[in-house]
Amino acid sequence: MQIIEKTVKKSLAFAAVLGLSTFSAFASDIRVGMVLEPPHLDPTAGAAAAIDEVVYANVFEGLTRIDQNGAVQPSLATSWTISNDGTTYTFNLKQGVSFHDGTSFDADDVLFTFERARAEDSTNAQKGIFAPITSVTAIDPATVEIKIAQPQGDFLFNIGRGDAVIVAPESAEKNQSNPVGTGPFKFVRWDQGSRVILEKNADYTGTPAHMNKATFVFISDPNAAQNAMLAGDVDGFANFPAPESLAIFEADPRYQVVRGSTEGETILSTNNAKAPFDDVRVRKAIAHALDRQAIIDGAMFGYGTPIGTHFAPHHPYYEDLLGTHPRDIEGAKALLAEAGYPEGFKATFKLPPPTYARRGGQIIAAQLREIGIELELINVEWGQWLEDVFKTKNYDLSIVSHVEPFDIGIYANPGYYFQYDNVVFQAIIEKLNVTADEAKREQLARAAQRILAEDAVNGYLFQLAKTGVWNANLEGMWPNSPVEGNDLTAVRWTN
Amino acid sequence: MAEQSTFARALSHPSFRVGLLGSFIFILLALISVVWTPYATDIVDIPNRFGSFSASNWLGTDYLGRDQFSLLMVGIASSLKVALLAVAIGALVGVPLGLMAAAQRGWLEAIILRFNDFIFAFPAIISAIIITTLFGPSAINAMVAIGIFNIPVFARVARGGALSLWTLEYVDAAKLSGLTSAQISLRHILPNVASLLIVQATIQLSLGVLAEAGLSYIGLGTQPPDTSLGLMLKEAQSFFFGFPMQAIIPGLAIVLFVISFNLLGDGLRDTLDPKLTRVSTL
Repeated sequence: MQIIEKTVKKSLAFAAVLGLSTFSAFASDIRVGMVLEPPHLDPTAGAAAAIDEVVYANVFEGLTRIDQNGAVQPSLATSWTISNDGTTYTFNLKQGVSFHDGTSFDADDVLFTFERARAEDSTNAQKGIFAPITSVTAIDPATVEIKIAQPQGDFLFNIGRGDAVIVAPESAEKNQSNPVGTGPFKFVRWDQGSRVILEKNADYTGTPAHMNKATFVFISDPNAAQNAMLAGDVDGFANFPAPESLAIFEADPRYQVVRGSTEGETILSTNNAKAPFDDVRVRKAIAHALDRQAIIDGAMFGYGTPIGTHFAPHHPYYEDLLGTHPRDIEGAKALLAEAGYPEGFKATFKLPPPTYARRGGQIIAAQLREIGIELELINVEWGQWLEDVFKTKNYDLSIVSHVEPFDIGIYANPGYYFQYDNVVFQAIIEKLNVTADEAKREQLARAAQRILAEDAVNGYLFQLAKTGVWNANLEGMWPNSPVEGNDLTAVRWTN
Repeated sequence: MAEQSTFARALSHPSFRVGLLGSFIFILLALISVVWTPYATDIVDIPNRFGSFSASNWLGTDYLGRDQFSLLMVGIASSLKVALLAVAIGALVGVPLGLMAAAQRGWLEAIILRFNDFIFAFPAIISAIIITTLFGPSAINAMVAIGIFNIPVFARVARGGALSLWTLEYVDAAKLSGLTSAQISLRHILPNVASLLIVQATIQLSLGVLAEAGLSYIGLGTQPPDTSLGLMLKEAQSFFFGFPMQAIIPGLAIVLFVISFNLLGDGLRDTLDPKLTRVSTL
């Protein structure tokens, strides 16, 4: 009965779309679907990628900006010079820029932003970006000088990320609910649980956005996402949550499917500080029990690339470590027995809303059951996940995609929710952070990857594919996600 | 009236026969699933997912490569379990309340009736959602939620049936012989409203299956990796365009399940004392 009702509703929706299609052809607004709602809207004070997916490049801008190919572009800094020893960066700032609340932008705002992020009580999620900075000086209102301790290869990239966007002292405290930036879109309203509305910033001095209005609509249920797309309630999803439906959209001329990859390492997050997962033999047993291809096929319908460590396969430093713990049920059982669990054990498995987690969770539970580990699946909402798993670390296992670029450094922080504490690894990352030489950086990054794979810190599953589904008349969307964000500045309707 | 003749008369009722056969098959499948299913339902076999009907997998395989027929058996069992226990909760609490109300009348009856109205005032699905939201989604909470909704239904039927009996002479005789009203309710009233309650239980059972399916469908009932008919339907929904059979099988099972129990209940009601039909439509 429910099915029939749904079909009727759907056909009515189709009819409505057909009736309106001539009207929407001249639209200058866009509605973008997102699976996860951000916990707040200040990208400098939170780890959730959903924050950046709304505000990065749209509302907030940094000194530099990452383009869709992952290259560094000028943004609030129009140009810069780097001293010969590679430790002093001098940025020339854009003139005549003002924040959305009317206050003007100058070197003091840059100073404020960096001091705020570097402060002891900073709530910035990527303090590593700011750690190498030794001083930030305003030479004049249009020039800022930043000194770093050691030459560093990715400094300009790092300060182009959402965590380093420039905020104003007048508005920074309220950015969580009322973000005020310098970007091409202004924040209008956040209907919690439903949508965030942005409108074009008429005073923007750079290339203006094509859209007059942009709405981010939060739809966590994959079925609802599909229906919203088919009914024309949203114009696209940068990363569509129901991979099983992509074939439908590919076959339909009204839609386009944009395939790319993300920086999202999807992992079986493991609480390394909690028994029995503090025993490397247990973690290795789990790694031996995982069948990555089955997870990718079953949960993601084949969209995704298997990974053997916490690193993106498209990155030049990637080390193929898929063979470190090949699938071996007997070996896994032997390891569990050695660790004192010949009969296996029970544990909880907290699954956030994305499809990869909910569906992948069932598959992983079945795979671990083969070696005697009984998992109790607990579905949690995103906010609950951030609180229970990420913040208070009250979990055994979970699944999540870590979408920050080059984020292997999170393993060097024993307070991070994996609670992995390895001094050798920490030393390698510390060295990596201050090394500018490409060859040496690569060597260190590869060594770090090997340690993580050997220690089976987490279960390494796959690199999340980015499968955007958009209205066929839209262009200018990013196929890949070199950095967290949905840059809408170049998105426009073609008819 | 003799049990034998009632059953024989019921069998001559065509909808009762169909309902009995259908219910029997579903209950049989559920019982068998407790000890045996063609395949284990907790084994994921990705390469063989979305298999179509075949000799080895009669109803094909689901999106995780699990045997649909085995899942259906387990799903029927868990749906039936939830519905049965919900009926048990409703009957165990509701029937004594109804009998008490009929026996005592006065303020106690008023309180019980208002309590019934209070529960009835909430739509069943809303109260179920409240309970499962407060205590977390699980099959047990779904059961309790549906069970609570069953309480006033049974209380009303028991009270309605009992009220007319309290005016009869043999009850007066029992009173005179010194039995307390609790004893009379138990010995003389309850056996005579039993057939009424059985009919109501059959109907509530089919409603319970439907409610469980609804709750699981919106993610508030049975949780994976366990399965139920509603959960199967929910999981199949996202594959509906590609693999419609995934949703049709559990959907059809729910329909047939509910129709069978309804026919059974209707047949029973029609066969039992016609005087009672009026009350059982409450």
